Amino acid sequence: MSDVVEKTLTALPSLLSLDSQPGSAKLSSNSKLGNLIRGITELTSKHEEEKLIQRELLLIKEQVSSPNTTMRQMKELMVRAIYCEMLGYGVSFSYIHAIKLAQQGNVLEKRVGYLAVSLFLNESHELLLLLVNTVLKDLQSTNLIEVCMALTVVSQMFPKDMIPAILPLVEEKLNHPKEIIRRKAVLALYKFYLIAPNQVQHIHNKFRKALCDKDPGVMSASLHIYLQLIQENPEGYKDLAPSFVTILKQVVGGKLPMDFNYHSVPAPWLQIHLLRILSLLGKNDQSTSEIMYEILDESLRRAEMNHNITYAILYECVKCIYTIYPKSDLLEKAAKCIGNFVLSPKINLKYLGLKALTYVVQQDPKLALQHQMTIIECLDHPDLIIKRETLELLFRITNDQNVTVIVEKMLDFLRISEDDHTTIDLVGKVAELAEKYAPDNEWFIDSMNAVFSLGGDLLQPDIPNSFLKLLSEGFDSVEEDRKLRLFAVNSYISLLQGDSSKLPQRFLQVICWVLGEYSHLREDLEPDVIVRLLAKLLDMKSSSSETKCWVLMAMTKLCPSGAALALVHNVSETYSSSLDTMLRQRAQELQIFSQDSELQAKVLPRSASMEPVEVDSSLSFLDGFVSEALAAGAAPYKPPHQRQEELSRSKALSLEPYGLSLPISMSSCGIADRQSPTLLSISSGLSGDSADFSHKGSSTVLKLDGVKRLWGRDGYLAQKESTEEAPRIEAASPVWSADQPGDNNALNGQTPTPTPTPECDQEKQQLASSLFVGLASQSSVCLMGKSDSTSQRFRRKTKASGSSEQITNPLISPSDGSDNLLYKNLLDSPDLDVSPPEQTPGLAAPNGSCDAEEESSDTDLKEIETPPIRDERVTAEASPDDDPDGSKDPSLTSHLPAELSALSHSDITPLFSKQNLDVSACHVQKEDSVVLVVFISNCSDSFLQQIRLQVDSEELEVSCVSDCPSEESKSHSVAVCQYFLTVKRPSVHFDLSVTVSWAPPAGSPRKAQVSYRLPLTTFIRALRLSTEEYGAMWLAFSHDTKQNLTLIQDGPDPLAATLDVLKRKLQLHVVEVMGVEAIVACCLQRDQPCLMHCRMHAGMLAVWLRSPVPDLPDCLLYCCQRALQEL
Amino acid sequence: MIKFVLMVNQQGQTRLSKYYEPVELSKRAALEAVAVRCCLSRGKHQCSFVEYKDFKLVYRQYAALYVVVGVTDSENELSIYELIQNFVEVLDKYFSRVSELDIMFNLDSVHIILDEMIQNGHIVETNKSRILAPLTAIDKMADGSETTPDTPRFAIKL
Repeated sequence: MSDVVEKTLTALPSLLSLDSQPGSAKLSSNSKLGNLIRGITELTSKHEEEKLIQRELLLIKEQVSSPNTTMRQMKELMVRAIYCEMLGYGVSFSYIHAIKLAQQGNVLEKRVGYLAVSLFLNESHELLLLLVNTVLKDLQSTNLIEVCMALTVVSQMFPKDMIPAILPLVEEKLNHPKEIIRRKAVLALYKFYLIAPNQVQHIHNKFRKALCDKDPGVMSASLHIYLQLIQENPEGYKDLAPSFVTILKQVVGGKLPMDFNYHSVPAPWLQIHLLRILSLLGKNDQSTSEIMYEILDESLRRAEMNHNITYAILYECVKCIYTIYPKSDLLEKAAKCIGNFVLSPKINLKYLGLKALTYVVQQDPKLALQHQMTIIECLDHPDLIIKRETLELLFRITNDQNVTVIVEKMLDFLRISEDDHTTIDLVGKVAELAEKYAPDNEWFIDSMNAVFSLGGDLLQPDIPNSFLKLLSEGFDSVEEDRKLRLFAVNSYISLLQGDSSKLPQRFLQVICWVLGEYSHLREDLEPDVIVRLLAKLLDMKSSSSETKCWVLMAMTKLCPSGAALALVHNVSETYSSSLDTMLRQRAQELQIFSQDSELQAKVLPRSASMEPVEVDSSLSFLDGFVSEALAAGAAPYKPPHQRQEELSRSKALSLEPYGLSLPISMSSCGIADRQSPTLLSISSGLSGDSADFSHKGSSTVLKLDGVKRLWGRDGYLAQKESTEEAPRIEAASPVWSADQPGDNNALNGQTPTPTPTPECDQEKQQLASSLFVGLASQSSVCLMGKSDSTSQRFRRKTKASGSSEQITNPLISPSDGSDNLLYKNLLDSPDLDVSPPEQTPGLAAPNGSCDAEEESSDTDLKEIETPPIRDERVTAEASPDDDPDGSKDPSLTSHLPAELSALSHSDITPLFSKQNLDVSACHVQKEDSVVLVVFISNCSDSFLQQIRLQVDSEELEVSCVSDCPSEESKSHSVAVCQYFLTVKRPSVHFDLSVTVSWAPPAGSPRKAQVSYRLPLTTFIRALRLSTEEYGAMWLAFSHDTKQNLTLIQDGPDPLAATLDVLKRKLQLHVVEVMGVEAIVACCLQRDQPCLMHCRMHAGMLAVWLRSPVPDLPDCLLYCCQRALQEL
Repeated sequence: MIKFVLMVNQQGQTRLSKYYEPVELSKRAALEAVAVRCCLSRGKHQCSFVEYKDFKLVYRQYAALYVVVGVTDSENELSIYELIQNFVEVLDKYFSRVSELDIMFNLDSVHIILDEMIQNGHIVETNKSRILAPLTAIDKMADGSETTPDTPRFAIKL
């Protein structure tokens, strides 16, 4: 068929160019559309096109608004308008007429009207509202074609708010006798689900009906909804797995009508769709996966025909097999399949094979070993796309043994790549690998140099920041640190001595900083030499003023003498009259410091470069400025994540030249940080700040997070074992050497080696052994979840715990004089670093006033020097109110089961006492659960029989740990029962009803019911998180609530005092305190987290809670309120 | 997910464009120009998939006409590659031997066909007769009401 197309299409140009051709002449004379098209095809320049279209637009404009235009003419006008807009010329004046055409035209005209609407308008366009009535009318039409059109347009775009108006009509269509109507109705519902999921929540059963529809078209339409639903919640649809498997079986078995075939493959896209659904359902689920094995096996077998589309299915199949719970023989077959892909001479298949391999090596690195020769060939492939994909694959199998080779390959690629996006992405990856696996200092510095010079100014700012941070923070060995820094200094000096004009600005800035900071390590070198080298940079035309600032800052740190001093004076003189304020500021500092070496030594103490600076990151000193600005009518600050959401809503496909569309590896960490509330205040400060700060914000953003990690710290987990198993690898890695015939054959069976020339072959084998070293020892099973025992060279120093205010950053370290000055001036507000010390992880009952807790909180109070705030009443609140005197009963305490007695427990409260039978209860908080202990004591002298105890609750799940040991009770004995309590749904209080029945020695059996109340706080546990984790979680949670709480005002630091109360009473974990803000985390029974963001504002504490659990934020908020009120 | 479908000729002139995610009009021309350049610069023996910013282009050449589809990285490129073929086969069936001119003169029909096949960036129908059913029905009705078709489609068969 494509031959035919080719023939006809090749005939085109001649046809178009000659007017004398009969066909062409007819075209042009026949219609205005013909004229337009003829005009367009004859164009030779953009300028001509513009003239032509502008003329055309005027014509269209005139005609659409003319009352004499018929609908038929209107239809033609619309097609012409579509044409113009396709060429990039806006035709907004015709939008309204498109809607009119859809309203008033006959069938074909109507369709074109709808088409024009769907092409012209986007989903949020207000004119779309005018279409609702037309759609409504057409949905009720007796003409099926009109119904069809209406449903088509609805499934493309429809105003969200108007869904209820047409939903019943669409639902009704699900029962239509015609399959096409049913199918389109399902697709319309899918659209509704996409834009407003809660509007179609009630018709989920109808989706099921559509899935079971007898027509395959309707069924496959419903799969779109299911793929979406399952992506969001795979657990909820496990029961459908057998149905999907059956459907796939039928499709694969050729049960569909013939017209669903594509090149005699039965419904290939449907198969792919089903395979995607299955892999989502089978992920991490053995029992569901088991249902699929058979059909996956069959799919692999059936897809033997040599056609692209069967390979497309195979690819999906292989992905599925490697996603679901593994089965060895399937994995083997899938691996063989990948082999066929990568060995295929067809380049498209090779590409797909590499993509599959990249996906698979994360689970099974051995596979890469099997195909090592192919991979190496692909690495030298003339097609850059193949090369690029291969590098992606290598990135995933990098370990500390092959890192040098792989990074070298990546840098080679970077040198020839011209695509900016690829450069940014790869440079980030190289930086990541270099930091993670660097074998030595020299290599690390050289690689980073390559990163900086190749990445140029496209480089993400966090790469240099994190590099400098790494240098300044150092590692565990002082000597190593010194060596690394010294090597960097040497390397940079020699770079500057060469031709430095080609170096990117970012790199120069890094060089300046390092030389300013560490050139003193070169004891043999006078600072003057450095100063002269730096001065050279100032004279370069290409240096940006930002770079010049860095140069001046570096000079400020050096202590020049003699001739260099004169140079420095000269420089500072020159730039102190610069038009750039930053530059002028730096020049001023340089001038002052160079004249007063004592001051310089004081402000820039050399030894202090590694000391963290205390920074008021909330910029609280700007609060006055902000409130003034607000009062003057400035727009209130919007948190970045909110802004980003709005931005992404307005344009989803980012076409900004590399502005916002960062590669994933760069943004993963950055985004988390940017959006977490912890940094909100920093940015809020920036928004209303002086030039100095905004300058910093824009150009040298201080990212305090670590280097981005595409697949996490333990991403490609396999390499972690490599060090221990190094000897074995030595033996196993040269798989291709001739003296291991056994191994060779085994592998050759799968990967027949192409036969290049011997020398070339040897070279490749050498490369292979260096690339794939460290992989042989890996087991083929998924290695997820290994602990990080890697020999990572540049492991960051573990930060001192508790010092939440300390921000270490090389760019504003104390030795960075000017910044320091700035901060000193600005930081006139009292030191805010009063984050309360960490509470010991041991469990202290917030509501039971047990001794252990009293002690610990007392010490807490002493440490933070806040007035003691303790109130026994709050703690007593937990116990039932019927017995205010219910204090501890030492005799009962002794009956606590041994395993619980070590833990803190609430007061033992008498529940009731009748006829010498006393029932008391208390609850014990374990690390991850709550145990209710009920004591039944027989105080009488007689024997009690048939004692039964039942505990129920609506909100709690009660499971019995140990029931009454016996149903009888001897005189003066105590029976103890234990119940595990788990929360079914959050509530402020949980009421337990305890029913006791017993038979006294004389008389009829008796029964009594009492209630026992537990507060929510019993189930709340501290959730220990890092700020980064908090940031990532914050965004993921959907349920939230906000409110202002009262602050505890009587201390010097209301926030700390308030937080302390919350921490003590509710066991919340304070993640970080930043000036007037704090982030706090806790969880309900270990797995249901709730995050809290507090901010002091106008004498109140504005809190914002978020959780994945509905109601939890509200309930917790109430608890906080109570805890604070009851002081 | 499919982000857009383009039909462009060797001179870089757009013959059809359909976006499944909103893209500003002003940015479309630039996007199309770069996409075409990406595809045109590639030889016959090179891979039909090109990386472009944060998504991939899958393209297929029919004489002087290129069909280019922008997809996200998670998409199965080869299935999209075959989808293009299916699309062209459908056009061929409808126009009986499709040519670039057919596409230009019947932009509306081509769009209607595409709407049947792809919605919201997902493949919704691949069965040829079902794809064409609504359009042929409309044509029949239109033919019934009008005696002379004003589209020159029937005149330019080669």
